[in-house]
Amino acid sequence: VCFVSRAVYLIWVMLFPRSSPQASSRVVVTGAGIATALGLGWKINAEGFRAGRTAFRPVSLFDVSRQRAKNAAEMDLPSSLPPTHLSHRRVARLDRAGKMLLLAAHEAWKQSGWEPAENLPFVLGTTGGGMLFGEEYFRRALQQPLHHRGQAVRAVCYQPQVQARLVMDALNFSGPIITVSNACASGSNAVGQAYELVRSGQTERAVAGGYDSLCEMVFSGFDSLQALSPTVCRPFDARRDGLALGEGAAILTLETLESAKQRGATILGELIGYASSIDQHHLTQPHPQGNTTQLVMKSACATARVTPEDIGYINAHGTGTLLNDSSEATAIGEWAGRRAATLPVSSTKANIGHLLGAAGAVEAVVCLMVLAEQWLPPEKAFEVPDPACKFPVVDKPQDASVNVALSNSFGFGGVNASLIFRRWT
Amino acid sequence: MSRIFVAGLGAVSPAGWTVAAMREALDLAKPLPAQPLELRRDRPLQAHQVPNPAARPEFLSHPRLRRASAITHYTASAVLEAAAPFRRACPENSRLGLIVCLQSGCVQYSCRFYDETLKNPATASPLLFPETVYAAPSSHVAALLENVSLVSSLVGDPSAFLQGISLAVQWLTEERVDACIVAGAEETNWITADALWHLDRAASISAGAGALCLCGEKGLSLGVELTAITDAHTYSAKTNRTQAARSMRHQLNGKPSSNSRELLCDGLGENVRLDAPEISAWRDWAGPRLSPKRVLGEGLMAAAAWQCVAACDALANRRFPAANVSLVGFNQQAIGARFESISSDKNPP
Repeated sequence: VCFVSRAVYLIWVMLFPRSSPQASSRVVVTGAGIATALGLGWKINAEGFRAGRTAFRPVSLFDVSRQRAKNAAEMDLPSSLPPTHLSHRRVARLDRAGKMLLLAAHEAWKQSGWEPAENLPFVLGTTGGGMLFGEEYFRRALQQPLHHRGQAVRAVCYQPQVQARLVMDALNFSGPIITVSNACASGSNAVGQAYELVRSGQTERAVAGGYDSLCEMVFSGFDSLQALSPTVCRPFDARRDGLALGEGAAILTLETLESAKQRGATILGELIGYASSIDQHHLTQPHPQGNTTQLVMKSACATARVTPEDIGYINAHGTGTLLNDSSEATAIGEWAGRRAATLPVSSTKANIGHLLGAAGAVEAVVCLMVLAEQWLPPEKAFEVPDPACKFPVVDKPQDASVNVALSNSFGFGGVNASLIFRRWT
Repeated sequence: MSRIFVAGLGAVSPAGWTVAAMREALDLAKPLPAQPLELRRDRPLQAHQVPNPAARPEFLSHPRLRRASAITHYTASAVLEAAAPFRRACPENSRLGLIVCLQSGCVQYSCRFYDETLKNPATASPLLFPETVYAAPSSHVAALLENVSLVSSLVGDPSAFLQGISLAVQWLTEERVDACIVAGAEETNWITADALWHLDRAASISAGAGALCLCGEKGLSLGVELTAITDAHTYSAKTNRTQAARSMRHQLNGKPSSNSRELLCDGLGENVRLDAPEISAWRDWAGPRLSPKRVLGEGLMAAAAWQCVAACDALANRRFPAANVSLVGFNQQAIGARFESISSDKNPP
């Protein structure tokens, strides 16, 4: 290769190292932060998921009086944010979603025990970023076109990279920001992309996760599609009638096993597999047989070097819509074969709603909770299984012995992702 | 695989629906005219619009593109143009990757849908909402190409386009795809023009897309190799845009007076204050420069893609032995890339 200089050659090697399965690093999670409508932090969320609590209530953030659905899983933000390196002025530039992101990142960062760092990748998934700033910008531009005060700030802070930068400054680290927006698979793709960076040796550590807040436009969008449940969100139940929206954030700190061992860090679990695929069936509808869902689970298992027999729990995408759940159930049945009959599956969207760009990251943290604490998260409203379900849906709180957990996420547009975690003992 | 080659280029811009149209406009170096977008009571808003294509593109008959918005049409056209040489040369079952980078994204349908929501959410159109998501263009174009096995949409300021290229390199290096197309795209409407007015009153918003098809096979190359991408020099409390731009320039090409035969394709527009960090970083550049935004307008992520396409096109046409692309984003990072000609005779005519 004819490189112009040693410096450029070094840059090339740094960015594009040769990778091979033999050379790949094991990737562990040493910090996890979570903010959902169940509460703030690992402990309260673990208690809630373990008990099968639900967090839905009438929407108070915007007017839903003319919408078909009226409920969502709104989060109660704390009255103040944790102390960070951000000034009050800069904290004011975080909208609701940005605050959730900061809260989750702060918890993960503290738990990881990481010191301030440079060149630490921050890989985030989101569908809306600072959408609340965007909505406010739009309303003001229409209603008060001559009134410009604050519009420049809204135009800037609406963008997810700006919120990511604020969080990095708050926690005193820097590095490349990568924002993945593959709709509802964004969070899983972000965690998976960070996993690939660490596994391939491009970085020793990475921060990854997802965040999204409830907003009027997205709520109205799902309502217009009649995808929102006017009753109760019941994934995989034959009587299900739609999804429920939620909001929140989750952040994971990923690092090589060697790095974690050298630091004597507490390891929450090992990320052993990731895959992504594209379902080209329709913009918003999955293939009825879940062809690419099967493919993505198979590929993730191949990366993790496990089989369906090894999987002890699936945190399904399980939105509660007719089409998603029947497609995913069919795919899990086909992929798992005989194992399906005893493979516990549940969707924690029954508890906290669909968190869109945050969903995959939050559900990754739920898998870590399952592995670390050895229980299964139930869907208490589940009663009548869909005929496509060849597997038991967890409907009661229960302890369990789980060594490997798989999390599915599927997005509008057809990007599917699966993550596989292993218990750390 | 450790070498990455450029196998195809595509562009849709205010100059037209091909790379050739863009090249012609850049060669003339005359700013294209902007059109009034919408009369506001306090200020006129202008935009560089993409002209209607000479003939209706065939891809518009695909069922997935019937309701798609302009950004998807631009992306589709640029991607098909970039992928054409690879698709002609390779078997139909070759695995393609597709990465679409956006800053503002699907603003036309987003504004329409939110406007409908504010008026009466009960009648907001369910046909519009799915087209508002960032992932819509990549999804439609993947369906159009059919043999796409990996897809991702990245969001950021225009510098994120080179992160898309980095992701493509990763997919190619790990042999997860046989070729990967990276596109940057934007569409215009009054809200993007309005927002830009608040940030840069000299700029005129622009629309379009640019795409590069990357592969690991030298034989499929246009004669252009990607030889380096710098670190992402992210702006932070400790690093401002000027420092980040200088670090990027130092990493990409640290010599004070670079080879005067090499091309610099920069992101300069018409706003001296906003452009100051990039001007400062490349102040001593003695070689030829190309500034696509000065001709085509502020195309945000599309403009970043145009920079890369224009640089590679110049190398493919043997005008220069190498080209440096400088992307100093608005609010995220500075990042650069270097492309080199791989023709046996590196001396330009």
